[in-house]
Amino acid sequence: MMKRILAATAALAISASLASAQEVKVGVNLPYTGIGAEFAQLIDRGMELYLKLNADKVKPYSIKLIKRDAKNPAGNDSRVATQELLTQDNVDILAGWVYSPNAIASAPVVTAGKKLAVIMNAGTAHITNMSPYYVRTSFSMWHSGYPMGEAAAKQLGAKTAVVGYTDFPPGKDELAAFKRAFEGSGGKVIDEIPMGGAGAVPDFTPFFQRAKDKKPDVFFVFIPAGDHAAAVVKTYGALGMREAGIKLIGPGDITQDTKLQAMGDAAVGLITMHHYHADLDNAENKRFVAAWKKEYGANTTPDFMAIGGYDGMALIVHIVQQLKGKIDGDKAIAAAKTFKSNSPRGPFSIDPETRDIVMNAYLSEVVKGKDGKLSQKVLSTTPNVKDPCKALKVPPCG
Amino acid sequence: MSAPTVFDHPAARALSRRHRLRWWEPLPWILALAFYFMFPRYLGFGTELLIMVLFAISLDLALGYAGIVTLGHAAFFGAGAYTVGMLAHHGIWNEPISSLFIGAAVAAAIGLASGLVLLRTTGLTLLMLTLCTMALLEEAANLGHDWTGGFDGLTGISIPPLFGLFEFNPLFPKTQYLYVLGALLICFVFVRTLVYSPFGHSLTGIRENTLRMHAVGAPVRTRLVVCYTISAALAGIAGGIWAQANAYVNLSTLGLDRAATVLIILVLGGYGRLYGAFVGAVAYMALSHFLAKVYPTAWQLGLGFLLVTIALFARGGIIGLGETLMARLRPKLKPKPPS
Repeated sequence: MMKRILAATAALAISASLASAQEVKVGVNLPYTGIGAEFAQLIDRGMELYLKLNADKVKPYSIKLIKRDAKNPAGNDSRVATQELLTQDNVDILAGWVYSPNAIASAPVVTAGKKLAVIMNAGTAHITNMSPYYVRTSFSMWHSGYPMGEAAAKQLGAKTAVVGYTDFPPGKDELAAFKRAFEGSGGKVIDEIPMGGAGAVPDFTPFFQRAKDKKPDVFFVFIPAGDHAAAVVKTYGALGMREAGIKLIGPGDITQDTKLQAMGDAAVGLITMHHYHADLDNAENKRFVAAWKKEYGANTTPDFMAIGGYDGMALIVHIVQQLKGKIDGDKAIAAAKTFKSNSPRGPFSIDPETRDIVMNAYLSEVVKGKDGKLSQKVLSTTPNVKDPCKALKVPPCG
Repeated sequence: MSAPTVFDHPAARALSRRHRLRWWEPLPWILALAFYFMFPRYLGFGTELLIMVLFAISLDLALGYAGIVTLGHAAFFGAGAYTVGMLAHHGIWNEPISSLFIGAAVAAAIGLASGLVLLRTTGLTLLMLTLCTMALLEEAANLGHDWTGGFDGLTGISIPPLFGLFEFNPLFPKTQYLYVLGALLICFVFVRTLVYSPFGHSLTGIRENTLRMHAVGAPVRTRLVVCYTISAALAGIAGGIWAQANAYVNLSTLGLDRAATVLIILVLGGYGRLYGAFVGAVAYMALSHFLAKVYPTAWQLGLGFLLVTIALFARGGIIGLGETLMARLRPKLKPKPPS
């Protein structure tokens, strides 16, 4: 009898200790207010949806998200939030970061805190070099700009290009990536047009007119995701650039899924290079998009921001399973390097050398369906693209 | 028995005692020290808060005392921050305290140069011109990418230990907090002495009635320029210390957001009052910080509600509200304070 009681007590004690080890706390650092709120919501929904769709993969552990507002791209609020998530909430893993300056400002805190930090958007290429605990599940600007440069010269047969870019670091990154690949493949960039800062949507007419006057084969445009895209497409249509034989191309930021339907017929024929759009034809993506529409409404759509959060959570769940719920920063990084998955964006893994993402890049064209809705058709796939900025050792990446 | 002189008049005595230390004046400093010991995990936030107090005090000197309406005070904050940041980043100079002096000097030089031109104007024109000065500096910092890091900002600012002993720990910023508190105390004592000096009184005179100050022969414009320069230097110290505490600088230090926030804080606390900066910064930052923690998506609602309430019902800010209440509670003991 006594033995039984002892055994039962021991069993209880063990299960109690297991229960306490089962919860993994993830600190989320996203701009839930201000101009970034739209992006934060997409990433947030991506994370939540992964947990909901893959509840069986998470078991027997549970993941608790502790959300903090990064407020703005100034850096200091995001940094204090990171600090408090580490010291007050004792989180096991950090995640989030929409704005690059915030990820840059948080880097010393992440390094000192020795916890894995999953970057789910911030795209400035060299960020992952700034802390040994950073892993990225979104993209770097080079992931789209470099393959686009090659594709423009080889597949679209362009000899000359004009680049218009929003004048802030992602824009300059994109310009450098495109130019390097395009000129390396025999093309020539004949004009580079800075088109104002990222803060407000400018009147694109003078910039586009200048591009039109140069008569290039392709006009490569980079603008930040959000409200710029609709204005770009409208100006392109209004100036008759298509009729003049100039193709509008760019990274997928200009055809962000959440903005695509609002662009109208002027968007038809746009050619972009990106790692994800909601119309990708694979089983995982169909399941993901259907679940998204069921969860958040038929008129909503996931986009490349949402997939950053979704795949980021997939990575976190992988790490939690590998480490059996006991998360240590260094072991978590080691586990992250072994991550491979079949994501809605296609095959997806973490480069063990750079802790950055390896994924396909898709060359897509906007087409109009019979129901009048716009969608994107994949023209070709560049498989397993590593961040070219680091692969080619372009400063400040290399 | 000597005959009563003019110095025995109650008004004269009140005036001669204005600058004396009041019993509650050490209180904010005791509270700040208590915060250090009681909330070691909140020191990152505490450091931000103290820097904001220092920045608001610098603005109070220009706006509250001299009546210089400016919406571009972040220009000097950013000048100080970038000076300290660039010196450290490019490996030229990174000793913390002397760096602050250099940052203050650069900010003061910009304040002097712009003040000489801008302070010929008043009112809305002045407001727009201060805003433009700040926007010009911000764009210069954006364009000078190789020196300033542009939009992504400057990182890798390594600050050696303070006095060779105390490390700047990014995770538990104890050193940063005490360092900022010390700098704030010194700057505050300086400002307090300044505003009770004849120079400070002449500033108040200019704010209240510029024509009359001209009429009594006060060098109005010189006084304003000197005040603006001192205020710029203090803002430069706040910016420099921000760069050191955070170990980075970016364009936000020169942004309209920062300039507007500090103005709101000062109006909220009560401008032209020495402790308005303290009360305003604590109210604004504590509220936004803790509300944002509990409601990450909806905290701005609560903050906006506070601001609307203060704007509608307490024109003198929180301190002004307190003064009105005190005056109502004991109407016979004290005459009403000048509004």
